[in-house]
Amino acid sequence: MKKKLIKFIFFLSILNIVNLNISFADTSKVDEISKNLRCLICQGQSIYDSNSDFALSVKTLISEKLALGNTDDDIYNFLKSKYGEWIVYEPEFNKYTLLLWILPLFLFIFGGFLIVRKVFISRF
Amino acid sequence: MKIRLSFIFILTLAVFILLVLFKSLFENKIYVPEKINNKIENISIREFYSDNDLELKNLFNNNKFILINIWASWCLPCRQEHEHLIELSNANNLTIVGINYKDKKNNAQKFINELGNPYDIILKDVDGTKSIFLGAYGVPETFIIDNELNVLKKYIGPINKENIIEIKTVIK
Repeated sequence: MKKKLIKFIFFLSILNIVNLNISFADTSKVDEISKNLRCLICQGQSIYDSNSDFALSVKTLISEKLALGNTDDDIYNFLKSKYGEWIVYEPEFNKYTLLLWILPLFLFIFGGFLIVRKVFISRF
Repeated sequence: MKIRLSFIFILTLAVFILLVLFKSLFENKIYVPEKINNKIENISIREFYSDNDLELKNLFNNNKFILINIWASWCLPCRQEHEHLIELSNANNLTIVGINYKDKKNNAQKFINELGNPYDIILKDVDGTKSIFLGAYGVPETFIIDNELNVLKKYIGPINKENIIEIKTVIK
């Protein structure tokens, strides 16, 4: 009887560990996706950081969609279709965001050029 | 002289900031987006009383338009707009659908008993995910949709008298 009880407890603990691992795996994926999403009703917070009702609902939706077998891109695209490009931190490269992507690069090259010129002139 | 000038500058700045803050107290709290998602999905949402899942397309009841109002008993602005929804409940051509958002059933029922029921159908969004399918941000929020599920108007925040006039014009 004692042995049976020990076996039963051992079986339950294994089940619990497996269950915990699954839930950890799910949570980390939800965290990963929600870190890339902007909380639209909060000030400068991601969905991951926020505990607003909106953010909590989005997190629930992400875990539901993951459970249904949706990929990361499916989830991002779904949320973009509902709230627009603004919900993702990294905007897509298209004609509307062209300047956003190009301008920092341009400023970096231009700044580099100015520094090189200044150094060059001061040395020679 | 220098101290006096900086004092005048700081005082002017403080008065300006106070004026801006004071003016914002009387600003309209509602936001009506100009660009809205044209169409919403025909999703199923659970009915408040029966727990049956109902599709949005089946809620028109021979009316041309649906007003979807997302509300909760814990939401103060929802109380504020409720009288306007009661006023709209007499309008022709309009089915008013309330989506009870992240609420306790008892509290929601008390809210309706106390303030009246403007809704033809009440649905419930227990975890807030259905509202995301509608592209909503929270409570209160109101959508006017036609029988093709095109969103004609969207109000983020409590609706007011002017909005009611606008809604009546849209559903004419």
